[in-house]
Amino acid sequence: MIEVTGLTKTFGSTTAVDDVTFTVRPGIVTGFLGPNGAGKTTTMRLILGLDRPTAGTALIGGRPYRELQRPLRTVGALLDAKWVHPNRSARAHLRWMAASNGLPASRVEEVLRQVGLTEVANKRAGGFSLGMSQRLGLAGALLGDPQVLLFDEPVNGLDPEGIVWIRRFMQALAAEGRTVLVSSHLLSEMAQTADHLLVIGRGRLIADTSVDAFVAQASEAVVRVRSPQLDVLRAALVERGHAVHDDDGALVVTGATAAEVGELAAARSVVLHELAGQQASLEEAFMKMTGGDVQFHGTGADSVMKGGL
Amino acid sequence: MSVAIDTLRAERIKLTSVQSPFWCTVVIVALGLGLAAILGAAAKASMSSDDETVRFYPTVDVAVSGVTGFGVLVLMILAALSVTSEYRFGVIRSTFQALPNRTVVLAVKALLIGVLGAVLTGVLALAAVYLTKALAGSEAGRDLVLEGAKWRTIYGTALFALLASILAVGVGALLRQSAGTIAILLLWPMLIESLFGLFGSFGRNVQPFLPFANINYFLGTDQGIDFHWGPWGALLYFAVFVLVVFGAAVAVVNRRDA
Repeated sequence: MIEVTGLTKTFGSTTAVDDVTFTVRPGIVTGFLGPNGAGKTTTMRLILGLDRPTAGTALIGGRPYRELQRPLRTVGALLDAKWVHPNRSARAHLRWMAASNGLPASRVEEVLRQVGLTEVANKRAGGFSLGMSQRLGLAGALLGDPQVLLFDEPVNGLDPEGIVWIRRFMQALAAEGRTVLVSSHLLSEMAQTADHLLVIGRGRLIADTSVDAFVAQASEAVVRVRSPQLDVLRAALVERGHAVHDDDGALVVTGATAAEVGELAAARSVVLHELAGQQASLEEAFMKMTGGDVQFHGTGADSVMKGGL
Repeated sequence: MSVAIDTLRAERIKLTSVQSPFWCTVVIVALGLGLAAILGAAAKASMSSDDETVRFYPTVDVAVSGVTGFGVLVLMILAALSVTSEYRFGVIRSTFQALPNRTVVLAVKALLIGVLGAVLTGVLALAAVYLTKALAGSEAGRDLVLEGAKWRTIYGTALFALLASILAVGVGALLRQSAGTIAILLLWPMLIESLFGLFGSFGRNVQPFLPFANINYFLGTDQGIDFHWGPWGALLYFAVFVLVVFGAAVAVVNRRDA
């Protein structure tokens, strides 16, 4: 259980984290979502006691990180896989981490096996690929068999196989009853990994909700329907107050579920050739919610794309 | 206490799992014994001269100068790198994540390298005296007798190594980057302090308060400076200087974002 209350961090005149309050519960994967520079990493560093908060508290199991005895046994974290001495072997890196928290050397071998690095354990960590570094970072996070796990952009730069592997790993950890907080700027990734979402933009918490509720709340359901009796159906839908527009021989209905449209069609004996509920993509939902909260706006992309295509 | 032991175990593994401590040790041994050998050989050669003024009779503090003058500087570089390389590669964050008590981390780093360095340089100082004496022969080596206050140079070298390591960890933690830290640690004793000798009466007034001048005085080299206290006062002065720098480093690191 992670409890963050009124957490604030300013760097000079920049406010990186602005009065953020949330609770991360055990047993589920909680996604920490926001665009680059939104304050995800800073929040995690504050939770881990690496940075000193300007105001507020971050408690793990009721205590600030710096007061934890042998903290790796309580909290495992992978913030940056490159926080390893490049000339030290993967095994030696984990050995000192284990020793620092009174964990036996046998535990090092266990986590090396768990992440599949046993074969290269004596190689310099500096020569590792990004995927291997991420596995080493994960091994370090798992070392103390902690109940709380924090991952900062764990799939960044990984190949599809690595992404699926990490995703399953995090879900398995949560299924064991652990508290898992994982950050990402990719909504599609969060949708497949997380059960609950914390959305942050420009340092402020925008949403604290389930993934499904987030999408439903932020986007409107759209139903695409195709029928030989399109005019009848259109009239019926407009009568019910739904907004419709034509799209390449089909009708796109806003503000109705597929079930509602189907039932309406049946009531009016309209034959349907296609009835498809289309959820607005997570990206759209996200853009809608964080529209004003992206710190570094690009202005050229839209016009370039329109002009070019 | 268990935190200190955990930290010590972790730092020992860190120290022995990279190459640089080994190579620094090799360099310290080579510099300490190498200079001792050259001094001994030069002293013996100078005996063939009939002119008494060019005859060279090495003293204990001269015989160990390869250890105190160069070896300890290399040790300081090693101690500084144990901190700055962690900042350079971000390992310091892994360290503070595993060991949130930053005061203990810095203290253990300083003491581990300091104590190992003290043993190494103490033994080397003793070996340097005997090596110089052996190569100089009985005539040129007449002053190389370890008795009374001369022993101070030997165990003083070990104390110097311990304090110098603590200083280096402190400066490294304050500056967080290798180049600047090493520049200060080398330029300060080798260049900056000796520049004060050129500043006339102002320089002469300041010299007795320069930390490295004091520790050299303790090690038996008075450098023509008129000190206000005895050798033990000089050691105390250097120790206080080191602890002030280290204390500042601990205070800053505890406040600062990692």
